[in-house]
Amino acid sequence: MARDAAVSSAERHEVRGLMVWVLAALPLALLGALLGLLLWSGPADALRGEGFPPVEALTFQRVELGPEGITATVLNDGPDPVTIAQVQVDDAFWGFSAEPDTTLPHLGRTTLTIPYPWVQGDTHVVRVVTATGITVDHTVAVATETPRADGRFFGVFALIGLYVGVIPVAIGLLWLPLLSRTGRTGLDFMLALTVGLLLFLFIEAGHDGLGAAALAPSSFQGVALFVFGALAAFIGLEMVGGWLRGRRPTSGEPASRGWVLAVMVATGIGLHNFGEGLAIGAAFSLGEAALGTVLIVGFTLHNTTEGLAIVAPLAHERVRLGQLVRLGALGGGPTILGAWIGGLVYSPIWAVLCLALGAGAIAQVIVQLSRQMVGTGSVAGYMATPTVASGLFAGVAVMYVTGLIVG
Amino acid sequence: MGPVGRVSTDAFDPTRFLRTWNFSDLPADERSRFYRETARPDGSLLREYELFAVDRDIEIAPGVFFPAWTYYGQVPGPTIRATAGDHIRINFTNQGSHPHTLHFHGWHRPEMDGSMPAHQVLPGDSFLYEFDADPFGLHLYHCHANPLKRHVHKGLYGTFIVDPPATSPRPPADEMVMVLNAFDTNFDAENEVYAANTVASFYVQEPIQVQVGQLVRMYVVNLTEFDLINSMHLHAMFFDVIRTGTSLTASESTDTIMLCQGERAILETTFRYPGEFMFHAHQSEFAELGWMGLFRAEGTGGA
Repeated sequence: MARDAAVSSAERHEVRGLMVWVLAALPLALLGALLGLLLWSGPADALRGEGFPPVEALTFQRVELGPEGITATVLNDGPDPVTIAQVQVDDAFWGFSAEPDTTLPHLGRTTLTIPYPWVQGDTHVVRVVTATGITVDHTVAVATETPRADGRFFGVFALIGLYVGVIPVAIGLLWLPLLSRTGRTGLDFMLALTVGLLLFLFIEAGHDGLGAAALAPSSFQGVALFVFGALAAFIGLEMVGGWLRGRRPTSGEPASRGWVLAVMVATGIGLHNFGEGLAIGAAFSLGEAALGTVLIVGFTLHNTTEGLAIVAPLAHERVRLGQLVRLGALGGGPTILGAWIGGLVYSPIWAVLCLALGAGAIAQVIVQLSRQMVGTGSVAGYMATPTVASGLFAGVAVMYVTGLIVG
Repeated sequence: MGPVGRVSTDAFDPTRFLRTWNFSDLPADERSRFYRETARPDGSLLREYELFAVDRDIEIAPGVFFPAWTYYGQVPGPTIRATAGDHIRINFTNQGSHPHTLHFHGWHRPEMDGSMPAHQVLPGDSFLYEFDADPFGLHLYHCHANPLKRHVHKGLYGTFIVDPPATSPRPPADEMVMVLNAFDTNFDAENEVYAANTVASFYVQEPIQVQVGQLVRMYVVNLTEFDLINSMHLHAMFFDVIRTGTSLTASESTDTIMLCQGERAILETTFRYPGEFMFHAHQSEFAELGWMGLFRAEGTGGA
């Protein structure tokens, strides 16, 4: 009897397991059937009626200028297939070839090669005319040859990254000896200044990220991508921070609270600078190189203050030169990588994602720094002290003014 | 450089359109469905037409389709041609989706003007337009339903030629009709495609054949919407201009003529040399957006 009971129990268990699978699969199967029915009957077509114009949306992904003319990558961002019938450059029909095809399915892309004699420094408008006469324009603000992926390209973009990211951050790090000589009040001021700088960067990253999201094809849902990308970076860094703090010190490495925080700040700033590098590289790749120079000067001025933010948590700790170099590389180095990637394979959607990661990282660093400064007290009460308030204000003001100078 | 590819000429062939009037391109039995002429006691003709308006997608550049409103399914509409003193009777049927009219330039009674709200022919309805061919010259017709601008730029227009009386005809010539038109494909009140006779750069790909030493007469009508003026420039030669065609003698000799919307002129010239001769709007922008063509002159010349 007992044996029989055991067997029937096992069978019951098996049957119950099967039921779970059936219950899980049933709605999915019904959903599949519904999708099939929708595709077959096309209720939307009935709603639109006969002869209703298709919904056409195209976006330019990347436009390159070279000796052979203009090369443009175009993406179909709309629900219906789109056929590119003609290309006009500066209000003139122009010859072109399309690779792989002139008809693009939803999210399909094609590369248009247009042998147009573009003029150095001029503005050019590339217009795609679809089969239904819809036009989609892309403006090349200041025409200049798009850099090729050769040794010179990597050299020049590394140099730009060095100017923009590495050197300014390194210069900022040199404030460390000054910081170590300041007392409690001075340090509070400097940390508050850092938080101010980072707050400014956070707002900037949000602005840039949402701006890029607006430019990205709407199918990619840029705003959601930005918000959740930032959230992922925030949570990810929280986890990394916890892991770093819990780690046992290895071979004389001081895994102090200040050092961990400095690494976190450098990581956050590094991610942010990666986004900046991307923007600079992209300015070249989108044929807006003259604007790139303005960006470079702006970022250089801006980023000097980032070095200060990295070393502020280390004010009262013993730091070796090697550690400083690593922090500098972590904070500034990604600019070079960003510039390379932006210059070669830029697309708005990657820019959104990178700026999101930067924004999330900076937010996390702000939270970390505030925790360290406030300790167990009330945040509002701490912020309201004259030293901290003036530090915060000074941080924001420095960023605002350096931003203002370069336009 | 111009557009890429070729337009299908199955529905509308600009080369055939050039030298077609009163449905002369149709076989006799089919033609009689649209056009009949009957002699009148005074020697003039009664010319009767069947004309209808219909919505149709037309190819205005290779692969670019414009949702046009048309007369007889084509843009420009069929060329109507009569001799001064003839009587014209047009039975107009509106098969389109909006009210339309026929508004002819020339002398007629006000109730035949096709311009007032009461004149609008509703979809499915018909109206009989009746008037004398007067004065002789180069005229036009177009829809005058509201909103006027849209009804014109959607393609409802055509050429109306009234020849001088048979007692004093123009000298024989190789005659052709060119309607200068343009299309706002994205409906931003600016034209994206320009042409002579609808199809961008068609006559570049299919040059207009003419003979050296033979008089060529061009009936040029400007129906371009949105742009204030249009123009025509012929390379390597000059032409005589008879504005509105209301004279037997030319008033000027030039190689570039400017026309506002609705303005028209007869241009006469004789090719001296064989070879290809470019003609286009002398607004470079229009030329590069499709209003460009070639004459190919054949025969011996160069004297």
